[in-house]
Amino acid sequence: MIQTSARHAETDAHYKAPDVAGYGEVPHDEKVRLFEQVKGDFRFADYLFGCYECGICVAACPSAKFYDFSPRRVAQAAAREDVDLIYQQMQEDIWECSQCFSCLRCPRGNNPGGIITIMREVAVNNGLASAKEALVGYSRIIYKIMSSGTQVSPDMLRSDAFPDWGPETADVADNLDLWRRALPAETMHTTSAGWSVADKTLVELYLIWLETGALDMIAEVDRGLHSILLELMEERLEEEGIQP
Amino acid sequence: MTIPIEALRRQKAATKPVADRRSADDPRAELLELERQGELIVQKIDREAVTVSTKYGREKRIQKAHLWHHKSCGQCGHIPGYSTSIFWVMRKLGYDYHDPSDQTSCTAWNYYASATSNSAAQAAVAVRNFAAAYESGYFPLIHCGTSYGHYKEVREELIRHPELRAQVRDIMAKLGKPLVLPEEIVHYSEWFHALRDEIAAKQVRDMSGIVVTVHPACHYYKLVEGDAIYDPDIYGGQRTAVVTGLAQALGAEVRDYSTWFDCCGFGFRHILVQRDFTRSFATLRKIEVMKEEANPDVVLTHDTGCVTTLDKSQFAARAHERNVGLAVLSEAQFAALAMGAHPYRVCQLHWHSADYRPLLEKLGIDWEKAWAEFQSDLRRLESGEKRYLDWDDVDA
Repeated sequence: MIQTSARHAETDAHYKAPDVAGYGEVPHDEKVRLFEQVKGDFRFADYLFGCYECGICVAACPSAKFYDFSPRRVAQAAAREDVDLIYQQMQEDIWECSQCFSCLRCPRGNNPGGIITIMREVAVNNGLASAKEALVGYSRIIYKIMSSGTQVSPDMLRSDAFPDWGPETADVADNLDLWRRALPAETMHTTSAGWSVADKTLVELYLIWLETGALDMIAEVDRGLHSILLELMEERLEEEGIQP
Repeated sequence: MTIPIEALRRQKAATKPVADRRSADDPRAELLELERQGELIVQKIDREAVTVSTKYGREKRIQKAHLWHHKSCGQCGHIPGYSTSIFWVMRKLGYDYHDPSDQTSCTAWNYYASATSNSAAQAAVAVRNFAAAYESGYFPLIHCGTSYGHYKEVREELIRHPELRAQVRDIMAKLGKPLVLPEEIVHYSEWFHALRDEIAAKQVRDMSGIVVTVHPACHYYKLVEGDAIYDPDIYGGQRTAVVTGLAQALGAEVRDYSTWFDCCGFGFRHILVQRDFTRSFATLRKIEVMKEEANPDVVLTHDTGCVTTLDKSQFAARAHERNVGLAVLSEAQFAALAMGAHPYRVCQLHWHSADYRPLLEKLGIDWEKAWAEFQSDLRRLESGEKRYLDWDDVDA
């Protein structure tokens, strides 16, 4: 059941003003539409069984120790279908989650981290301000995983990218090719990917990204990256004579 | 710290067990039933296996040999000695394996970090890798804790949701592959646990003077928790037995600390773009607590992100004069060292940030000599004598 407007007006008073939080207010119907996408995901019913309000998930949550963040509030808002609070959480809270799933300690069997996974996907799919902000600086990583099939690569270890990781990072960067050739496993001599991924495997991966709509998800948050990846994948599939 | 094992057992005995609605009691049985219905193929364990017990008592079999190594992008990319140690130990025990190039990462780091994927894509990526293992005839062994946890999630989703199975089956058909899942999803640390006595039998370095703390990886035992290995003889069955069981089998002293349940602070997106959180959590809630309460020589863990986070986060904390400075290794590297592995040629410790040298010295390893040997190897590569080092070189 969707909450009434009167209830929203009352609870809105406790919220940080959207313009202060860095995103625009939207009509109530838009919040309902977004929540329906969350609720419509087949995983939602597997992740939420009501909430005792016991707070065990908060006690276990690393993000709750450092941010104004609560997995309990996420589970409660979802259970109450409080679309105002859910919208606020999609704009302000969900990217703080560590996705460690310590909250699975929930005695009710809830999965607040899983609900957040769904909320994030809806935020990305709809190009919400929080998603755009969270993914700033993330383009190269998305490019890496979607194009190479491995998320992190040896050549990401640069002292300008990880200055807080100590001088050893610079040592790795300075000796990268040589140190990779010193690895005894022959699949691991690569520098731009974690291991050597076969061409045929990459083609199969590209087909998966295109067939499942995963590639199209980034169109709303990073149009330029989406175009680059789409061109790369379609060209490669065309070379193989495959029509996605 | 002492775990009140008897009190916990009495409490559990007096409480009516509640069904876990999040996961199947016996996913193996569910998969076999779906196979009988023609919905999918189950890749069977077809070699000698060790039987272990999981959290709620289900027996799980761990195949010993002929394994398909599902590598980890974070291990291979940033802590390569983690992967090479897994391979090296398996080679030393005489078990054959396949290190495939027909493998992508699980892509779950992306799924949990940026949410620029969806459940159908994640299931298809998982099944494509499982199909590649099935085609090779080798049984999959998952190196990464997140891959292991995520693949268990995917298995649950495929068991519960016929519409997802249909979607993935269609995609696999376009790739010319079946919808196939292995009989058991097995993490490498389960293989190390199951074979810990065989590993200890090949031990050449004395670990009895080494004090260890263990960080159990969240995605190993919190995601689809019923599949993780528990043993009544380790922590009284109250915590996962992997890593601790191996360290004890090698003769090390495992000490407890109060924040053992806390995650490492990795955070997926945080480790890459919001590291203030990661550094703070890793040092304040884990490393400092371990040092204050247990004063270990090394922290052992069994997942990609945990090694990276706990190892890399200490450097900046030193600038703030925090109580850090603790070697961080995977238990695979620890086991390899116990079996006589070279600290640089095999364990690749020069990729680590936290100072591991005091640990090596306590083990009686002359790290300066070992580093000189590794430098000699590198000169062979630089001179063009060899293009790459191989397994014969690392045992030279």
